[in-house]
Amino acid sequence: MMNSDFWRAFVRNKGAVLGLVILIAIVVLAVFASVFFPGDPWEMATAPFQPPLSEDALLGSDMLGRDIASGIAHGARVSLLIGLTSTAAALAIGVTLGALAGFHGGKVDDAIMRFTELFQTIPNFVLAVVLVAIFTPSLTTIVAAIAIVSWPPLARLSRAEFLSLRSREFVQAAITTGQSNGTIILRQILPNSLSPIIVSASLMVATAILLESSLSFLGLGDPNAMSWGYMIGAARTVIRQAWWMSVFPGLAIVLTVLALNLVGEGLNDALNPKLARSRG
Amino acid sequence: MSQFDLMRTPPETAAMITPLLDVRGLSIALPPGADRPLAVDNLTFTLNPDEILCVVGESGSGKSMTAHAMMGLLPAPHVRVAGGSLLFKGKDVLAMPEAEQRSLRGGRIAMVFQEPMTALNPLMRVGRQIGESLREHTALPAPARRARVVELLDQVGLPNPAELAEAYPFRLSGGQRQRVMIAMALACQPDILIADEPTTALDVTTQKQILDLIRSIQAERHMGMMFITHDFGVVAEIAHRVAVMRHGKLVEYGAASDVLNRPQHAYTRQLIASVPHYIEHRDDHAKAGAPLLVADKVRKVFHVGGGLFKKSKEVVAGDDLSLTIHPGETVGLVGESGSGKSTLGRSIVGLIKPDSGRILFEGTDLLALDRKGFRPYRRAVQMVFQDPYASLNPRHRVGDIVAQGPVAFGEDRTRALTRARELLALVGLDGSAADRFPHEFSGGQRQRIGIARALAMEPKLLVADEPVSALDVSVQGQVLELLDDIRRRLNLAMLFITHDLRVAAQVCDTIAVMRRGRIVEMGTAREVFTHPRDAYTRSLLDAIPGKSWHIPDDLQKVKTGSGLAGAH
Repeated sequence: MMNSDFWRAFVRNKGAVLGLVILIAIVVLAVFASVFFPGDPWEMATAPFQPPLSEDALLGSDMLGRDIASGIAHGARVSLLIGLTSTAAALAIGVTLGALAGFHGGKVDDAIMRFTELFQTIPNFVLAVVLVAIFTPSLTTIVAAIAIVSWPPLARLSRAEFLSLRSREFVQAAITTGQSNGTIILRQILPNSLSPIIVSASLMVATAILLESSLSFLGLGDPNAMSWGYMIGAARTVIRQAWWMSVFPGLAIVLTVLALNLVGEGLNDALNPKLARSRG
Repeated sequence: MSQFDLMRTPPETAAMITPLLDVRGLSIALPPGADRPLAVDNLTFTLNPDEILCVVGESGSGKSMTAHAMMGLLPAPHVRVAGGSLLFKGKDVLAMPEAEQRSLRGGRIAMVFQEPMTALNPLMRVGRQIGESLREHTALPAPARRARVVELLDQVGLPNPAELAEAYPFRLSGGQRQRVMIAMALACQPDILIADEPTTALDVTTQKQILDLIRSIQAERHMGMMFITHDFGVVAEIAHRVAVMRHGKLVEYGAASDVLNRPQHAYTRQLIASVPHYIEHRDDHAKAGAPLLVADKVRKVFHVGGGLFKKSKEVVAGDDLSLTIHPGETVGLVGESGSGKSTLGRSIVGLIKPDSGRILFEGTDLLALDRKGFRPYRRAVQMVFQDPYASLNPRHRVGDIVAQGPVAFGEDRTRALTRARELLALVGLDGSAADRFPHEFSGGQRQRIGIARALAMEPKLLVADEPVSALDVSVQGQVLELLDDIRRRLNLAMLFITHDLRVAAQVCDTIAVMRRGRIVEMGTAREVFTHPRDAYTRSLLDAIPGKSWHIPDDLQKVKTGSGLAGAH
């Protein structure tokens, strides 16, 4: 019953439906990348500097004759993979710390929040660059770096949720009926605080994809994985001669991030129906 | 008494004068998908000058909607007037152009809201807020307006009116804010004052002062007043005429003396029968054996605000609190908001750790125990919470909610669930309730679930923190009866925390009256109600609305006949 309500509210937001369609298309592209574009995206497929709509290369080819379309399809894998895993990691860190801080309050809260603020005072991107540079670029280090710079907002959010839910009577009832702290956190409070966390996590996937693209643009991407950021970075020197090399991967980033934002907003409307209604 | 009798007759014969307000066939439509199509259905009544009309009903009866329709406060376009007319001195308000309606509202018709804490703009000085409507509706120059504001503040009985006009709302107490709201409503000398539950959010002694003020101002200015309330005590206190509403329909309408003493409609009779009455206290409890719980000089200080470089402020929530509860005894802890009664209740169930003192349960000091040592006592002391909407986890099924406690203490899950169903039946819910979610239940039903959850632990002492104050009066009666019934059947001791003396009188053997963190008087219900020793207790008793009104005898019988008959 709750599911059908959720869908009705989600579908009411036309933008969210559009975002979901785009997102599904990108996921399909990523999953079936090797079916649509068999072979290594790093391999030379045709002559270099082929414009779009030429033979063998729908979206043109780059300086080394690699197929841009194939790069975008395989790059979608990397982008989505990094976006999802780094968000999952950030969630694990952020929600755990936020939950502990919000639930216990007092000194625990103070300690955790000062630690969080420490991370928030350092500019995200600079920290990510430094971390990736120190630990040599690979998928794992990139995911870790992105997760490490993006958990603080999640920690603050879940702390706020836990703080307010903690004083609710059903939580106090759980305390008086002798339930353990772990049970109370996981079974009583967490399910009730999930809505805003899910919404901001969906937006965080978009930020993570942007971060990854920026890192790759600077040449700090995984050297073995084709990535949209890398494609733009490599093509920037020839942007006047061959616009397609940077425009198509750029569009891919824009579309993905836009789709994720639209979906995030739709989730927000569907999961926080009261807020959505008051906005008219 | 004499004043009470005088009030029963409207000051003038209604036929002679044109009514101030004539509501004819008013219907207000709710948006599709609401629980009923019409919030207010074909409502007809009149309001005469120099008359207080009380509109009574439970939540969702449409009484506030009616007032909001008059003030143009309906949340358009979702809720709108679907038919009928509102005649003010013979002219239809709803047919007037927007500008004319506006000058009427706030000018000729003014309104006082329920929640004085939110009805004032927190960033505006009190005087300026009152001056606003003067500026809007009169041609007075600024100095004259200021003088008028001070005069108004003086009239509503506020001390140092000139100084107070310069204060911000946060510096005023709830009662003072409500007085400011009344001053604001009176600013343009309205013909009609609409008051929407103006005393519901206030403590009982403050309520009495505000009711006295409203009554004297109304009489002085010969205003027509529409007073919306759910409390028949308040009705008995001030009404000339009464309109009883239910599900958007007017079910009974007549002079106050008729409706209060000779109610005709079955619903009115039921409502009046469920009004808790302070006269009916129980026989003294025979205190047998050793006390179950002894609170000994419990003290709790809260630290408010403060930070790294700022010293926090100390608020003494409870000081030198001592009381005893015997097995099977119901002790009422009565006091106004902020008196520290919940602090003591929460200390006993272990939600708050007092700073000093002892809480002995069957001889063991609970405060001296560590977390592990306290755990066995969790079962023995259980709590029923105030807000039935917040005290059940919305994501869990009712059966789980009831069974969670025993499961946490190692009981087999299927056994606990079976027991949960039995308990739900015990508190008067259907067995199928266990598989549903809390939002599918009404407030009273949820409170029953909360009681079942507490009983699942097989407690010896039940701490009930304002268990009925969020419920409508008819539901309130049922839940109180259930608590009383269970208490007797299971021989439970109960600490019953309430702000409402009438409720305490109904269920408690012993009463402790709290004020500002201290117990000022403790004794059997009979002693406290018939021979109060403390001045504060006397003022509390004196403030109970509708004291001089006696519930008709035949209705008192209706009440004791339902379910409790076997007990006496």
